[in-house]
Amino acid sequence: MDLQVALLLGQDGLTNGAIYALLALALVLVFAVTRVVFIPQGEFVAFGALTLASFQADKTPGTLWLLLAAGGLVSLFEVGAALRRRKLGLVAPTLLWNLAYPALAAAIAVLGHPVAWPLAFQVLLSLALVVPLGPMVYRLAFQPLAEASVLVLLIVAVAVHLVLVGLGLLIFGAEGSRTPPFSEASFEIGSIAVNGQTVWVLVASLVLVGSLFVFFDRTLRGKALRATALNRTGARLMGISTVKAGKQAFMLAALIGAFSGVLIAPITTIYYDSGFLIGLKGFVGAIVGGLTSYPIAAAGAVLVGLLESYSSFWASAFKEVIVFTLIIPVLLWRSLKSQDIDEHQ
Amino acid sequence: MMRRHLGFIAFVGLLGVCPLVLPEFYVTLLNYIGLSALVTLGVVLLTGVGGLTSFGQAAFVGLGAYSTAFLTTATDLPLWVAPFAGSPWIALLAGLLLTGVVALVLGFLTLRLSGHYLPLGTIAWGISLYFLFGNLDFLGGFTGISGIPVLSVVGIELRSGRAFYYLIWIVVLVAVRVIQNLLDSREGRAIRALQGGTLMAEAMGVDTARAKMIVFVLAAFLACVSGWLYAHLQRFINPTPFGLQVGIEYLFMAVIGGAAHVWGAVVGAAAFTILKQWLQDWLPSLLGSSGSYEVIVLGVLLVVMLQRAREGLWPVLARLVPDTKQPITFEVTEVSPRNPILALGTELLDCRNVRKEFGGLVANDDMSLLVGAGEIVALIGPNGAGKSTMFNVVSGVWPLTSGEVRFRGERVDGMGARQIARRGMSRSFQHVRLLPCMSVLENVAIGAHGRGRAGVLAACLHTERREEREILSFAAAQIERVGLGEFMVAPAGSLPLGQQRILEIARALCANPSLLLLDEPAAGLRYLEKQALGELLRRLREEGIGILLVEHDMDFVMGLVDRCVVMEFGQKIAEGLPAEVQANPAVLAAYLGGAL
Repeated sequence: MDLQVALLLGQDGLTNGAIYALLALALVLVFAVTRVVFIPQGEFVAFGALTLASFQADKTPGTLWLLLAAGGLVSLFEVGAALRRRKLGLVAPTLLWNLAYPALAAAIAVLGHPVAWPLAFQVLLSLALVVPLGPMVYRLAFQPLAEASVLVLLIVAVAVHLVLVGLGLLIFGAEGSRTPPFSEASFEIGSIAVNGQTVWVLVASLVLVGSLFVFFDRTLRGKALRATALNRTGARLMGISTVKAGKQAFMLAALIGAFSGVLIAPITTIYYDSGFLIGLKGFVGAIVGGLTSYPIAAAGAVLVGLLESYSSFWASAFKEVIVFTLIIPVLLWRSLKSQDIDEHQ
Repeated sequence: MMRRHLGFIAFVGLLGVCPLVLPEFYVTLLNYIGLSALVTLGVVLLTGVGGLTSFGQAAFVGLGAYSTAFLTTATDLPLWVAPFAGSPWIALLAGLLLTGVVALVLGFLTLRLSGHYLPLGTIAWGISLYFLFGNLDFLGGFTGISGIPVLSVVGIELRSGRAFYYLIWIVVLVAVRVIQNLLDSREGRAIRALQGGTLMAEAMGVDTARAKMIVFVLAAFLACVSGWLYAHLQRFINPTPFGLQVGIEYLFMAVIGGAAHVWGAVVGAAAFTILKQWLQDWLPSLLGSSGSYEVIVLGVLLVVMLQRAREGLWPVLARLVPDTKQPITFEVTEVSPRNPILALGTELLDCRNVRKEFGGLVANDDMSLLVGAGEIVALIGPNGAGKSTMFNVVSGVWPLTSGEVRFRGERVDGMGARQIARRGMSRSFQHVRLLPCMSVLENVAIGAHGRGRAGVLAACLHTERREEREILSFAAAQIERVGLGEFMVAPAGSLPLGQQRILEIARALCANPSLLLLDEPAAGLRYLEKQALGELLRRLREEGIGILLVEHDMDFVMGLVDRCVVMEFGQKIAEGLPAEVQANPAVLAAYLGGAL
């Protein structure tokens, strides 16, 4: 391997690593707030990418039907719950979000002819369709189990992952898609050609990480999420709604996931089931951070990206083996570090 | 008991007739159900019983299948492998050996970590092993290995699915029986105690790391055997059935069938396999395109079950066959003497200058206290004074920061809870730690863990019944001793909280302790129950047991104990006879506020 190749692989690894880092952050966030190990994170990546691809191909994205259906289901549940408690007045905002909003999004997506729009607007509309699915998934699958053990939540997460992959196949079909890059530009640094999309990915990741930091450290809502992460009961006693916190965490995770999908789709072809492995690589990074530390999780994810890139050069058939075996020394290190007093849930 | 036996016999009879009357398609389906049930049995053992979860069992199935496929088909083997080649039976042993080694290594890496790391680890190795199977040339890559020889058992060639059927289901029934035996034993109780958290089990002398490893390796063995059978049934393998997706399916089966029940594995495997087959048949035609859409329905079903019916199908089925279980019979033997018998007044516990810091917080500071044989000492003080911390430090739950703890003359600080428990110190907990679904008798018998010697193999084969009877008799004697005899077979969770605390004392007594640490034993008891508890503690004192107790009920304490140690802000502020302590101005100030 000469320097040229090494630097190229490094660039690839860094780009993918930045995406994994975003996903790792979302995973840490969801786990901290809701104790859900969010296996379906990757499906949002695929949904984001494929929704954008549908717009570009002048097709109505299947995510639209998913959004309408999920919103309808949530509304049904919420109205049912409100009827039982005889507090029908409280459902108005829920219906706004779960019925009116999807209907509006559907109208725009079908009538607005988005294929003619500039890329940035298409991206925004894709996010607008995918991101509300996050809180809906939380409401349908996880909220009724909010007090269950981590293990039960994890099994539910795996089930949700399978459901979303199945639905992905149903609404997008088996063909993969690529989307055009945000920027066609390409420039040289020294002897290395750097393409514009790489810069986009790195800058966008940094901006997102930065804004997450500001959100958690400087805003009341972010602090409320952190409080929920530390102590659910305590947070509830302070008037923080843990249900709301859960939905917000899932919303952020869906946003990060879908945006990562839009970022990565120009670099690699995305299929309906591509999200899983991408999400899991974020996981390996998140585990490096013990599912609690944001900076270590991000660093771990970048490491995963680099490892993947270099191992694809040396032993491309064993790329996945190498990446997922990395978890074993990491677990060993965690295991030797941990005190393990009584973590009974 | 009888009716359930009849149900079982009817089930076996039905199984025996099936291949004689059913068409080929259904026999094949039943074969796959049996193979899945075997793996799911391991998942039940892990998830429902031991509180661990694995998504990676399919990888162990793959180890079993590839071991035999490779060893029975390969030619030109290197010299060190050659002796193992050729025979499926030697290949089975080799596969079990390999699986055991892999499970031990993976278990060593992940079992010590808290709950969710293990399943995440299993996802990772599930993926790794799948890609490894698919990318190693000598394992045939993604095309796999064909030409695996026909298995023959006692001279009969199992060439057809119908012939193979009997082997599969005999293995399943034997495995179910072995696991049932194991769970109904001392080692099995130790495994079931894992669900109550490691703290209690360790304090009862259970090596929880070992118990976890046992279930993990056993589950891997079951998967490996299933893989071996699969390879010889199919006579062709490729990596697909050993991927993560299938590993997840085994967990689904356990949840659907009832993860806490051994028969849940069989029911779950059957329900899942049939449902999946059925969905695969008509979903694509309904949706107008082909694809594995059944996962949508199965996934939704699983979520709904976990939300609404987490117990699974087996408890519902079991109710159809009412189990008129006779109460366990045993003789309540004389209580065997404490080991060793200590003269009254012999020094048991000697804490010197114990200090415990949590970060910057000093929970115990310069604490010294003595407890002798045949003496009741109360550790009292306002809430947050550090009493429970002191208990946890003494009993080895937490390491102390400085100072020393001697128990019967031996330094025990730095030892773990388990080693200290085995030396004759036993305890109860401030927040009751019982296994609510297990009977009172079984809960108490966990305390007698250290009395038994029989290992896992003896437990699986039930060759340790004499020892088991002794343990249960001893446990029953302790229950009678604390006055809970009438609740012997009731689930522990059905007792009121006060009696659960008494149950914890019986469990602690089961360990044959010379020193008892009781954390608020009288909390939640009514007046008469408190009197009975006082009587019990006095009797124990007369037998020479030393007792250190934390208690808030001063009437109870003052009439009972020999000495009081008073704590405030982590320090000892007074010590002496109850009457002296009651008159001590520092104590009054601590309890009633400084302005006295």
